[in-house]
Amino acid sequence: MAEVKLAGISKRYGDFFAVRDFTLTVADGEFLVLLGPSGCGKTTTLRMIAGFIEPTTGSIHLGNADITSLPPWKRNTGLVFQNYALFPHLTVEQNVAFGLEMRKVPNAEIGPRVAEALRLVRLGHLTDRLPRQLSGGQQQRVALARALVFRPDVLLLDEPLSNLDAKLRQEVRVEIRELQRKLGLTAIMVTHDQEEALTMADRLVVMSEGEVKQAGSQRELYEHPADRFVAGFVGRTTFLAGELAGDGKFKSRGGLTIACENKTAIKGAATLSLRPERVSVAAAPANGTENSVPGEVEFVSYLGALLDVHVRVNDRERIVAQIANREGVYAPSVGEKVHVGWAPAAASVFAGTGEAEE
Amino acid sequence: MNLGRAILDKRRLGRYLLNGVAGFTLLYILTPLIFVTWLSFFSQTIPSFPPEGYSLKWYAAIIENDRFVSGFILSLQLALISSTIGLIVGVPAALCIARYRFRGREALNNLLLLPLVIPGIVLGIALYVFHVETEINTGLPILGSLLGLVSGHVLIVIPWTVRLVTASLAGFNRTLEEAAQNLGADRWTTFRRITLPGILPGIVAAAMFSFVSSFGNLELSLFLVGPGRTTLPIAILQYLEWKIDPTIAAVSVVQIGLIAAAMLITDRYVKIARVV
Repeated sequence: MAEVKLAGISKRYGDFFAVRDFTLTVADGEFLVLLGPSGCGKTTTLRMIAGFIEPTTGSIHLGNADITSLPPWKRNTGLVFQNYALFPHLTVEQNVAFGLEMRKVPNAEIGPRVAEALRLVRLGHLTDRLPRQLSGGQQQRVALARALVFRPDVLLLDEPLSNLDAKLRQEVRVEIRELQRKLGLTAIMVTHDQEEALTMADRLVVMSEGEVKQAGSQRELYEHPADRFVAGFVGRTTFLAGELAGDGKFKSRGGLTIACENKTAIKGAATLSLRPERVSVAAAPANGTENSVPGEVEFVSYLGALLDVHVRVNDRERIVAQIANREGVYAPSVGEKVHVGWAPAAASVFAGTGEAEE
Repeated sequence: MNLGRAILDKRRLGRYLLNGVAGFTLLYILTPLIFVTWLSFFSQTIPSFPPEGYSLKWYAAIIENDRFVSGFILSLQLALISSTIGLIVGVPAALCIARYRFRGREALNNLLLLPLVIPGIVLGIALYVFHVETEINTGLPILGSLLGLVSGHVLIVIPWTVRLVTASLAGFNRTLEEAAQNLGADRWTTFRRITLPGILPGIVAAAMFSFVSSFGNLELSLFLVGPGRTTLPIAILQYLEWKIDPTIAAVSVVQIGLIAAAMLITDRYVKIARVV
């Protein structure tokens, strides 16, 4: 296992930057997740590390070696593909043995190492099957065993769970994470699923349009998003468009005046982001310094442990409050007049409205 | 309920119609084959109905006829050599066309498929004239030689190879190649261990189609054979000019049998329905 160092890598196709100036160091044994919508450059970044795409500029180091211009077969990376890419004409055992054969590992050693890898992913009993005789989850685990068996310097995962059903996905997440910890692997995973990213990562990198928007822990990204994009992509939030009116007040387009703690001065259009779980709902106005806005419950979604209450506060704006579904907690129903309230620190303000500039 | 029944009836009617059309088409295709086979067992010399009796003598007559035997051997040789050369040329060509973007790619593709569209007679005459001119100008004894015949047949098998191999490459998942390279296989090893097994069905099908189209070819061979060198289809034609006894039917049955065997054997490894 080794550290992965990406220094200012870019990939340009004509005038279009698929990835622009990506600089990051993944620590030895760290589980890093690249998160972003499709087309944000996360897969391109992963493929540059694997060697399938050559960066236009910048360099990639794996441990102490500069691997920027090495072909894929000379890099010691283990890649798990989204569609698993198991060799259909080879058995499970032969699939897993392939990487060892290529490394000229003696035959006597291949057998035990393949068996060990398959045991790790709990597939020791299926060695003679062909890939098409396996379920999606089993294929996924074979792909994982195949990528691990030759002890790669870094494990690369390209949306490895997107073809599994929801229940299985949750199990495999935990399995991959445990395996990675047990073996002390450096791992880089690409996903567009924020829940997956949040549950698996040591550290996340949010990407958009080829650029790194923010890198940090789950808590940093969720509680201190760097911009409007990150706030919207990680976790759920209510956005209100408007502008700052000085003295810590935000004026929304719908006419709300909201007290907030903004650290930077933003001129012109701005967006206020409000996490639903920081918003309370009450029948009477909240007192004190809190923001309190009257409104009418328009919609309630029942999520089991939680309730999402959508409150219309004026004809342009709606605020979502997420409340615990517990006995004794005030749970309004549709059409009820309520007050939503939150502390000034609960909201973040960013420049721009995310709409096309007028 | 009535509506449900109406839909069911409609569906059943549709199925009957489909089966009817399919059955008729099959019969239309098979009738000549059935008659030829039947005819080959008639005992009388001039075929007429009803048969006077049955006999295997026409099959014996094939073996006694030198022209049929040598024609059969030549056609077999020709088909094997041409299909092999066709694969050696066609597989790399298909790889280039399917994998790389280069100037003239589309043109090359069309050029390689062209022999399929040009009538065999035209191709035969063109090659004949070419061979005559070549021999006059260089003195090489190409006219009527085995080499000349093979070069002509290679031309008619290449379109099959290119088409079938290109089709199987298009259906091949290239991520598998990336997976192999990620696991440490260089380009050549990746091709040998992963790509080749993946497109093998297409290659087998290409070999079979090449064999069949070369083995049964008449119109091109007519212009390229030399004295004492006759393919089976030409031997049949020449025999037919003088006689119409059931020997012809017997030869045809042998030929049909050989091709059918090739098809059936291939189908065991590659479902023909999948590649055509």
